[in-house]
Amino acid sequence: MSQNFEQKDTKLIEEQSKIRSFKNQKKKTLYMDYVFEVSPKSSHVKNMFWAYVIGGLICAFGQVIIDLLVQNGVEDKVASVFASCILVALAACATGLGVYDKLGRFAGAGSTVPITGFSNAMVAPAIEFRSEGMIYGLGAKMFTVAGPVVVNGVMISFVIAVFHLVLGV
Amino acid sequence: MQKRVGKQTFVFENAFVRQGFAIAGPKEKHGLLGDCFDFCLQDDKFGEKSFEKAECKMFKFAIDGVLNKANLQPQNIDTMLGGDLLNQIVSVSFAMRAYDSSFLGLYNACGTFAESLLVGSCLVDGGYKNKVVCISGSHFSTAERQYRYPLELGVLRSPVTQWTATGAGASILTNESDNAICKITKGVAGRVIDLGIKDVNNMGAAMAPAACDTILQFFEDTKAKVDDYDGIFTGDLGKLGRQILFDFAKDRGIDFKDKLFDCGAMLYKQKQQTFQGGSGAACSAIVFNSYILNKFKQKKYKKILLVGTGALLSPLTSFQGESVPCIAHCLEVCSC
Repeated sequence: MSQNFEQKDTKLIEEQSKIRSFKNQKKKTLYMDYVFEVSPKSSHVKNMFWAYVIGGLICAFGQVIIDLLVQNGVEDKVASVFASCILVALAACATGLGVYDKLGRFAGAGSTVPITGFSNAMVAPAIEFRSEGMIYGLGAKMFTVAGPVVVNGVMISFVIAVFHLVLGV
Repeated sequence: MQKRVGKQTFVFENAFVRQGFAIAGPKEKHGLLGDCFDFCLQDDKFGEKSFEKAECKMFKFAIDGVLNKANLQPQNIDTMLGGDLLNQIVSVSFAMRAYDSSFLGLYNACGTFAESLLVGSCLVDGGYKNKVVCISGSHFSTAERQYRYPLELGVLRSPVTQWTATGAGASILTNESDNAICKITKGVAGRVIDLGIKDVNNMGAAMAPAACDTILQFFEDTKAKVDDYDGIFTGDLGKLGRQILFDFAKDRGIDFKDKLFDCGAMLYKQKQQTFQGGSGAACSAIVFNSYILNKFKQKKYKKILLVGTGALLSPLTSFQGESVPCIAHCLEVCSC
């Protein structure tokens, strides 16, 4: 007898909570539309312009390094590896000095996409989580931002390798 | 004396604010209210090894500061109440190691200061305590690493974002009217409202309906009008949230006219690039304990409403696709 009653009770509660969440759902869409309307949007033209300029400058700077190395008798392939290393090191220093985040605030993808952005994504958490020690802080958190890039990069290169093997393209 | 009116409103008879103390960070010092604060940090770390330790030190500094201003000793305080934004409210709890008073840890995100004043008023007015300290605050660098990205990461900020304020505010509440600056006469404990905003950058839009709900409830319960007040101060809605609240309330028959202020939006200058203004538990705490109490001291204010707003989310819930539930608590503060 009491068991029946309890079951009925829980059913009632379940139904009630269904009604409640349904009510909220209806209100939600209206308000979300309204908020979307009144919220200021970021200016795509401005963002793209700065991303183009800063990203272009970083890449041009990389090319300058490569050309200088080649002029001084370094092999082409080795020169581009060296250039990457130099850019990574410079970006790491800029991050440590607190310059790179200011650049990123208006350059956006222009400073995130080049290899310097990867360097920034590694060094920033390393500095930030140093206070929790070398293992649980720096070691564990260093890849919090760059980790997904590495994981997805490895995954996609595996997929491409499979295609290459099967299709021979 | 009636202790309650309407559905949600508490009435207090003997809850006086004896003294307040506000400590703020370097960015706030260069902002619009820079001159009001009792003390400003030179650097974000406050001479400590980590930002968390700095935040903890800030709380101790604020408590010692307010006790000093009121000529009281720590042993005169019966209870301290408060909270901060960090997981497990560690900053306040750790600061409490230095004091003998009993401690109630509270958390309502950025509305914690209003919550602590509300609970504190209940304690002193109910006769359970004679003197309590209410404290709340936040730190940009600790909040940023918990809720968002590492500080040095170069990312583009959305124009709807706010800037977590660095600072802590402490107030002493007593049941005696001697030397009191103002008194807390009414309060509303808010409801959790969630209208489905999922954008964690747009906290103002998420919190505005909660603030509106609490304010409307207060006006309905007490039959008060906007004209009775010198100002209605919301916690940290930011400029956008303030505007949404203004429009929202207007649709529901309440016109705030020029009386609606937002503590977060008041903190920074335009050129400091905080977009919608300040956020964080520090906003209402430092503005109340400096700017608002100063106005009461100068007899420029007779009656105000303080509405602490909080977005009750964690990074975990937002990654799981949950929307942002919000809360607002409201207090009516009158001159003595």
